[in-house]
Amino acid sequence: MSVGKIILQLLDGSLVSIVIFLLTLLFSLPLGLLVALGRLSKDRILRSLIKVYISIMRGTPLMLQLMVVFFGPYYLFGIKIKTSYRFAAVIIGFVLNYAAYFAEIYRGGIEAVPKGQYEAARLLGYTPAQTFLRIILPQVIKTILPSVTNEVITLVKDTSLAFVIAVSEMFTAAKAIAAAQTTMMPFIIAGIFYYVFNAVVAFAMARIEKAMDYYE
Amino acid sequence: MSDCLVEIKNLKKSFGDLTVLKDVSLSVEKGEVVSVIGPSGSGKSTLLRCATLLETMDSGELSYMGEKACYTDAQGRCVYASKEELKHIRKKFGLVFQNFNLFPHFSVLKNVTDAAIVAHGVPKEEAFANARRLLTQFGLEGKEDSYPCQLSGGQQQRVSIVRALALNPQVIYFDEPTSALDPELTGEVLRVIKSLAEAHMTMIIVTHEMSFAKEVSDRVIFMENGLIQMQGTPEQVFTSENERVKSFIGKLGNI
Ligand SMILES: Nc1ncnc2c1ncn2[C@@H]1O[C@H](COP(=O)(O)OP(=O)(O)O)[C@@H](O)[C@H]1O
Ligand SMILES: [Mg+2]
Repeated sequence: MSVGKIILQLLDGSLVSIVIFLLTLLFSLPLGLLVALGRLSKDRILRSLIKVYISIMRGTPLMLQLMVVFFGPYYLFGIKIKTSYRFAAVIIGFVLNYAAYFAEIYRGGIEAVPKGQYEAARLLGYTPAQTFLRIILPQVIKTILPSVTNEVITLVKDTSLAFVIAVSEMFTAAKAIAAAQTTMMPFIIAGIFYYVFNAVVAFAMARIEKAMDYYE
Repeated sequence: MSDCLVEIKNLKKSFGDLTVLKDVSLSVEKGEVVSVIGPSGSGKSTLLRCATLLETMDSGELSYMGEKACYTDAQGRCVYASKEELKHIRKKFGLVFQNFNLFPHFSVLKNVTDAAIVAHGVPKEEAFANARRLLTQFGLEGKEDSYPCQLSGGQQQRVSIVRALALNPQVIYFDEPTSALDPELTGEVLRVIKSLAEAHMTMIIVTHEMSFAKEVSDRVIFMENGLIQMQGTPEQVFTSENERVKSFIGKLGNI
């Protein structure tokens, strides 16, 4: 099998990886913020529930979580798993996991905003919602960007974990070809793909950080 | 009704076991400039924070122009007015913080207009014109597009004064407005406050700048241990024979 042909076969897989990546960010970034707000809420029960959720998400392997999301409905409730659920399960698993990590990052960022910012906003007549959206959140986003970048880069590599429930993303595809053709080539190409993907992500994040450099 | 703009009666405030304000009553008339002096830890900031609704008081009464922000009921509980009423009362005062608390991600112009536009529904053009006028008045023309981090401490504090003024408060509180500044920058901020005093802005100023307090105040209040130990005209306070006042002022020794 020629290199060109391998690349062609891996193309579909790479698209799946990119889609997993984008959908995960699209949902987990806002969900993480909500989770962080719940984690900081005055409601004790909500706070404890969220603490438990976060500690489970951070304390167990993502691979295992993906399997639970995919096989759980059958083993727990006897619901028959359709193959179309495969992809949804990957997204649900990634989103739940990454939202927990992002929540902790948001929480750190929110707690780092000086109390005086809230007080100034209160004095000036901003409502709590206006205060959060206009005054607090923009400052939070700036402080957490470096940590978010780290997570996002990890996510690029983590997308390969989707192979455990046989979603044919890049890595799954590479493995299949490598096994059939007994060649290392697909893995090398997959490695290059992840490397380039990450370089692009790192570049984009650096641009965003730079765009926020206008104040300190 | 009298001309009383701010009226605080029998304010008591504790943090846990620590009683910070024991029984403080203070009324300030329109146009009056009141300085509050006293050793650190005597409760000056707490007094301003209670008066500006940043802290809730344990008991006592607070009103602005006859509108009650809170009172103490027969059971001795402090009862605050409704959210709506408090929102209305909040428009009557501004507070200038020791460390400015400007919004770092907003330009100077946005810092001084955003609240008016977003929180008070002032038309944009009006808010901008008002802000530009005030910025010019306080020597900040040309700084509209700067960010707080690009300004000196003195400029930042002047911006924060403009931010408070831009909402047209009836009274402005200052909590040690020059304490975070290098000595060579305090003068420009004190001059701004003095110009406001000359324009008969009602102000309550916590300060350690004794000669400034003497110069601008109609009344000086000396606080210690959560109580107003003495008050009077600057002359009365600064020439007082009261041992505590004398020793406090003597220590600062910059009259
Ligand atoms: N939020 C708070 N919680 C606990 N103690 C406080 C709080 N705010 C102020 N205090 C205490 O109250 C006392 C008076 O503080 P403050 O009003 O800031 O005094 P001043 O401004 O005159 O220096 C101090 O002992 C201070 O530690
Ligand atoms: Mg103080």
